Amino acid sequence: MTYIAKPKFQHPGLPKNDLGYTHRDYEGKVSTLCAGCGHDSITASIIEACYELSIEPHRVAKISGIGCSSKTPDYFLGNSHGFNSVHGRMPSVLTGANLANRDLIYLGVSGDGDSASIGFGQFAHSIRRGVNMTYIVENNGVYGLTKGQFSATADRGSKSKKGVMNTDNAIDLVAIALQLGATFVARSFSGDKTQLVPLIAAAIRHKGASFIDVISPCIAFNNHAGSTKSFDYVREHNDAVNRLDVITGRDPITVDYAPGSVQVVEQHDGTRLALRKIDADYDPNDRLAAMTFLQKHAAKGQVVTGLLYVDPDSEDMHAHLDTIERPLNTLDAGDLCPGTSALEKINASLR
Amino acid sequence: MSVQSPISSVNDFVVRFANVNGSGSASANELFARSILRHGVPVSPRNIFPSNIQGLPTWYEVRVTEDGHLGARGGVDMMVAMNPQTWDKDVASIEPGGYLFYDSTKPMPSSKFRADITVIGVPLTAITNSTYTDPRQRQLFKNIIYLGALCALLDMDPKLTEQLFSEQYKGKEKLLSSNVHALALGRDWALQNLKCPIGLRVKKADKVGDRIFMEGNSAAALGAVYGGATVCAWYPITPSSSVAEAFTSHCKKLRHDPETGKAKYAIVQGEDELASIGIVIGASWNGARAFTATSGPGISLMTEFIGLSYFAEIPAVIMNIQRAGPSTGMPTRTQQCDIIACAYASHGDTKHVLLFPEDPAEAFEFAAQSFDLAERLQTMIFLMLDLDIGMNHRLCRPLKWDDARQYDRGKVMTAEMLDEPGRDFGRYLDVDGDGIPYRTYPGTHPTKGSFFTRGTSRDRYARYSEEGAVYADNMQRLVRKFETAQDMVPRPLQANAAKPTKYGVIYFGSTSPAMDEAIGLLEARGHQLDRMRIRAFPFHSSVASFIADHDFVYVVEQNRDGQLRSLIVNENGIDPVRLVPILHYDGTPITARFIANAIGDHQDHLKVTPLRKAVS
Repeated sequence: MTYIAKPKFQHPGLPKNDLGYTHRDYEGKVSTLCAGCGHDSITASIIEACYELSIEPHRVAKISGIGCSSKTPDYFLGNSHGFNSVHGRMPSVLTGANLANRDLIYLGVSGDGDSASIGFGQFAHSIRRGVNMTYIVENNGVYGLTKGQFSATADRGSKSKKGVMNTDNAIDLVAIALQLGATFVARSFSGDKTQLVPLIAAAIRHKGASFIDVISPCIAFNNHAGSTKSFDYVREHNDAVNRLDVITGRDPITVDYAPGSVQVVEQHDGTRLALRKIDADYDPNDRLAAMTFLQKHAAKGQVVTGLLYVDPDSEDMHAHLDTIERPLNTLDAGDLCPGTSALEKINASLR
Repeated sequence: MSVQSPISSVNDFVVRFANVNGSGSASANELFARSILRHGVPVSPRNIFPSNIQGLPTWYEVRVTEDGHLGARGGVDMMVAMNPQTWDKDVASIEPGGYLFYDSTKPMPSSKFRADITVIGVPLTAITNSTYTDPRQRQLFKNIIYLGALCALLDMDPKLTEQLFSEQYKGKEKLLSSNVHALALGRDWALQNLKCPIGLRVKKADKVGDRIFMEGNSAAALGAVYGGATVCAWYPITPSSSVAEAFTSHCKKLRHDPETGKAKYAIVQGEDELASIGIVIGASWNGARAFTATSGPGISLMTEFIGLSYFAEIPAVIMNIQRAGPSTGMPTRTQQCDIIACAYASHGDTKHVLLFPEDPAEAFEFAAQSFDLAERLQTMIFLMLDLDIGMNHRLCRPLKWDDARQYDRGKVMTAEMLDEPGRDFGRYLDVDGDGIPYRTYPGTHPTKGSFFTRGTSRDRYARYSEEGAVYADNMQRLVRKFETAQDMVPRPLQANAAKPTKYGVIYFGSTSPAMDEAIGLLEARGHQLDRMRIRAFPFHSSVASFIADHDFVYVVEQNRDGQLRSLIVNENGIDPVRLVPILHYDGTPITARFIANAIGDHQDHLKVTPLRKAVS
C-alpha cells in the first residue's frame, strides 16, 4: 500500500548508470495493484528503460488519466512530477504540458478504458498532432477498478469473469495509431521484458508521437478461460516480428536489410535503433505494410508484438507550430510583452 | 389620424440596417458607423445577427449619440430596409415620425408603408444594374451606393468616408477608386432626386476625444498577449471564436522572435472544449500562462476539468463570452446568464473567481490581470464577457500598459529555494496563512520538490489520503484562499446620487453604459439612486456594506433568474427581499429605457401613500 514507505537504504554495490544512478533512483512508491498485475511488470520495464537511457528522473513528466493503469506513474520515477488527471483526458493534459516546456520527457500512461473509450478522441488527436511523447496503453481489455466490465479493446466473443459474452467488436489501438500518423508504433506484452524495455527506450528517444500498446493481463478480472487477454492466451498467440535493442552510438542507421540481419532505424534525434529481424518480409518503415501485417495476423487471432512502424524523419508538434527552442514557460514579461510603444500604435489604428 | 411630424435631431438618433446575411453589407454598415465617428460624433453600433451562415436576416444598428451614451437606446429612427423577408417587422419598428429608406426599383403597394413615417426610395438595384455587369459587384456596390445616399440624406461629409476607403484600400488603387465611385453614385443620385438633408443630421463635433473603437473579444485577446499568455487552446463556438482568432492575429504581429522568426506562443485548435481546457491545464501545470475562450455550452463541457483546476490548484484562464442559454439557447444573442454556472462550476464544493469587465478597455486590463490572478491564486479565473461587449465595436478609453510591470508568477519554489536549509516543501502547505501554497514546476530539482498532482484527496504533502480530517483541512484552506482572493480582484466601483437616498442599484459588465444613461433618466423622473458596479467575484466586503447602507437595492442583470442577485444572497447571507431584481433576458442588449422604466415604475409605486395611512 502507498502508505508503506519503501526503505531508503541502497546497497553500495548496486550497479550504476552513466549518471551514477541505481535502479532505486528510478523507482516510485509501492504499488497498490493486485499482486501479479501485468501493469507492475510494465512499471518495471519503464524503470529499466529509463535507467538504461541514463535519464535524469526529474526531467520526466509522467501523466495519466484514471484507472488501474493510470495509478502506475506513482510507482516509478519518484523524483518526477506526476499528474493523475481525469478519465480519458491524459492526452490533452500532456499536450499542454509539452507545449509549455519542450525540454522535458513526457510519459503518458493510460489504459484501454481510458484511451479506447472515454479518451478515444483525445488519444487520436494527440497522435495526429505529433506530440513528442511516449504514450503507453496498459491494455487488459477490462475495467479493473470497477470489477470486471469489458473495455472497448476486449475481443468480440471473449467472456468476462462472470461469464458474459462480449458482442462488440474490439478497437485495435495500434491499427488506429498507424492510421492517425503516429511516427513510432509498437505492441508488446507486459511479461516480455526483453522486448518491452528496448521498445520503451526507443520510444522515449523518438521525437514525435510514440505509441506502445502493451497487452497486460488483469490478474483479477481478465485472466481466465475464455479471455483473449489472459496470460495463457497471449503466450500461445504471441508472434514477435523482431527483436530490439537500443544503440546510442554515432554511426548512421540503415533501413535496408536482409532477413536475419540487423535492421537499423534512424531516429530524428540521432539515436540509432537496431532491430534483429525475424520476419524476412517485415519492413518497420512501411506504414501501409504494417497496417496490412497487423490486419493479416489479427484475422488469424494472433497478437503481433514488436516495433511495427517507425518514421526516421519524424517531426513533433513544436516543429509543426514553429515555436522557439526555448521553453515557453521560461519566457517573462521582457520576452512576451510588446510594451507601450506597440500599444500606442494599436490605439492609433483603432481611431 | 393626426399628421406626425418627422423626427428632427442632430447627432442623436438610431439608424438600423436590415440586411440578408451573407450579402456583404457588414463592412459597408460598419463603414457608416466609422464615418460618423470621424465627424467627431460618438457612435454605439450593435450587430444583431442570426445563427446562420447565409440567407437569414441580419441587422446592424448604429446609435449616433453626441452625449456619448454607449448602451443600446431602443427604438429605430431610420430603418434601412434591405431585406424583403423582414420588411413588415422592420417597418413596424420605426418610431413615429421616423424614416424608412428602401430600394424603390420595384414598386411597392401603399399598404406596405406607414402614414406616420417618411419614406425615402432609392432605386438601388436599377442603379447597380445599369453600372455593373458582374452579379457580385452589383451586390457589394449596392451596399456602398446606399451608404452614399445616406451620406447625402444625413448631411455627412463624403471626404471623411473617402478617407476611410483610402486607409482600408491602401496600395489597392483599383479597389479604392471603385468604392469611391460607388459612394458618389449613391450620393449624387440622392442629391439630385431627394430632399437632402432630412431631419436626422450628422454635424461635426469634438466629442470622441482620444477614445478608441474596438471589439471586446479583440481587446481581451490583446490583454492575453500583454498578460503573457503563451498557450491558447480553443474550440470554435459563437460568440467566443473571435477571441482566439484575434489572439492568433495579435501574436503573428507581436510575438515572433526577431532573430529566428519562430513563434513565442502556441495556439492549438482542440478537437473539442474538453481537450482545449485540458491543454490549458497541462500547460499551466507546467508553468506556462494559458487560456481558452468559449461560451456557455463550452463551460458545460469543461466543468470536469474546472473542478480539477480548483481542487488540484492549477492556474488557468477561461474567457467566457456569454450568450443566451440554456443548452444551445440563442447562440448569437447576448445574455449574462453563466454567472452561477461559472461561480460554482463542477461537482462538489467549488468556488471560482469571476471578473466582469464593462467594455473593451477593461476587457484588455482584466484579461492581462487574469493571468497574474490565476498564478497568484493557483486557480481558475473566468473572464466574463458577453456577446454585446465581445462582438460589437465600442468606444472606450485608449488601452494602457505600464512598461515597468512584471508578471506575478505567484508562489513558485525554485531549486535554490528548495535547497535552503530548513525549507520544508509541501505542495499543499499553507505556510503564509493566506491559503495559497507553494508549487514547483516539473523538472525543477533532481531530488526535491516533486509531487503528484491528482484530483483525489491528499494531504499537505500531496500524498493520497482519504482521511476525513485531512480532506476537511484541505477544503478549509481552499476557503481561506478564496477569502484571500477578495482583496486581490478588482474592487467594485461606487458612485453616490446627487442627493442622499435610501435606494441603491447594483449592476455589472455590459450593462454599464445603459446603466449610466438610465441614472440620468431616473433623475429626470425624480428618483435618486446610489450605484455600485461589481467587477469581480468573490465579492469585496464593500458589497455587503453598500447593501446594508440602503433600504433596498436593485440588482440589474441580463438573465431570467437573477443570478448575480442569488450569488450575493448566497455569499453574503442577505435577506433576498432587500435585493430587487431588474431582469432583461430576450437576447438583445439591455437598454437605458428598460432600466429606467423598470426601476422608475417600482420607485413610483413606493411613493404611493397607503390608503390606511392617508386617511388616519
